[in-house]
Amino acid sequence: MNTAIGILLGIGLLFNVLGTVSLYRFPDVYTRLHGTTKCTTFGSLFTSAAVVVYGLTKFFQGFEGRFVTLSLHVMVAVLALLISNATGANAIARAAHRSGIMPVRAVFDRLAEDEKTMGRRVS
Amino acid sequence: MVIFVASALTYLLLVWAGGSIEWLEVVIALVFAGLISIMAKRWNPELPLRRSWLNPVRLVRFVVYLFGPFLVALVQANLDVAMRVITGKINPGIVRIPTGLASDGALTLLANSITLTPGTLTVDANDESRELYVHWINVTTEEPKASDICGTFPEWARRIAE
Amino acid sequence: MTTEALFSYAAAVLGLAALAMLGRLVAGPTLADRAVALDAMNTLVVALMIILSVIFDSVVMVDVAIVYAGLSFVGTMFIARYLEGSM
Repeated sequence: MNTAIGILLGIGLLFNVLGTVSLYRFPDVYTRLHGTTKCTTFGSLFTSAAVVVYGLTKFFQGFEGRFVTLSLHVMVAVLALLISNATGANAIARAAHRSGIMPVRAVFDRLAEDEKTMGRRVS
Repeated sequence: MVIFVASALTYLLLVWAGGSIEWLEVVIALVFAGLISIMAKRWNPELPLRRSWLNPVRLVRFVVYLFGPFLVALVQANLDVAMRVITGKINPGIVRIPTGLASDGALTLLANSITLTPGTLTVDANDESRELYVHWINVTTEEPKASDICGTFPEWARRIAE
Repeated sequence: MTTEALFSYAAAVLGLAALAMLGRLVAGPTLADRAVALDAMNTLVVALMIILSVIFDSVVMVDVAIVYAGLSFVGTMFIARYLEGSM
């Protein structure tokens, strides 16, 4: 049990730290959003999976109800995190584009071209 | 209706402690779920929610999608981003992809999936022509199809939420 | 090493990672950069709360984490709205 939890926590921490590093290594808002959204969501998924494994093993050792409650609540929290993180990233990306930040080193920017030809926001 | 069932079930899931649930808790869940759905209706009467989302077949499909193709894509996405964090190699651009999805729920599901899959991030959506604008971290073609960016995801989104 | 000690080390590393994000929150050249850093910090704090619930052996902390995730989502949406200029 200790080994499994250790591996899950290790993977989760690795990706969370990578998310932090990506904040400093990437040049603009969009690429930073790539790094932080994916890495922190995935890392938190793994650290929470470690807690679920802990709760389930404790439950099968002593059949105490509160460990099942722990696992269930962690699953609800992870689901909320998945949905809210992705939606929040979309919202920040759209807001950044509308407030005039252009992607650095971009090959082309179809959204800005379309907004120019249409003369308004696309949505 | 969707909000009522979802909030009542969430409340019951959160108060459930391994044993049986008291009838008082069920009453509280129903009262609060009713209040919340009335408030949502008053606040925005045209919420694009569909009763077909409560169809158990669709929920099972959603769970299969979550643990099948979505999880694989999430793992790929993280290895990809990890490589890019370490090497710092990027070639970004914003591209437009047609989706062909009719309902807003399916489009939301697809946009959220794209955000969490390899190298892509949804920036904006066009409501009339049902197109998504995607920030792609490694551009290879100017006019990509939906399958270049997100594989079979539009098909899954159509089967889950439309 | 006991399981609780493993979780304690993990919590320490997560807390340090969240603290390291403060640099981008302070220095970010644009407001959108700060919003990104704040969003990532919120995610890490939720993960930290879930781990702390094991260390302190209380399920209530996970409920707090759920509520915190919801509230931080609302906060992020409002910051995004403000950046768009529609508020």
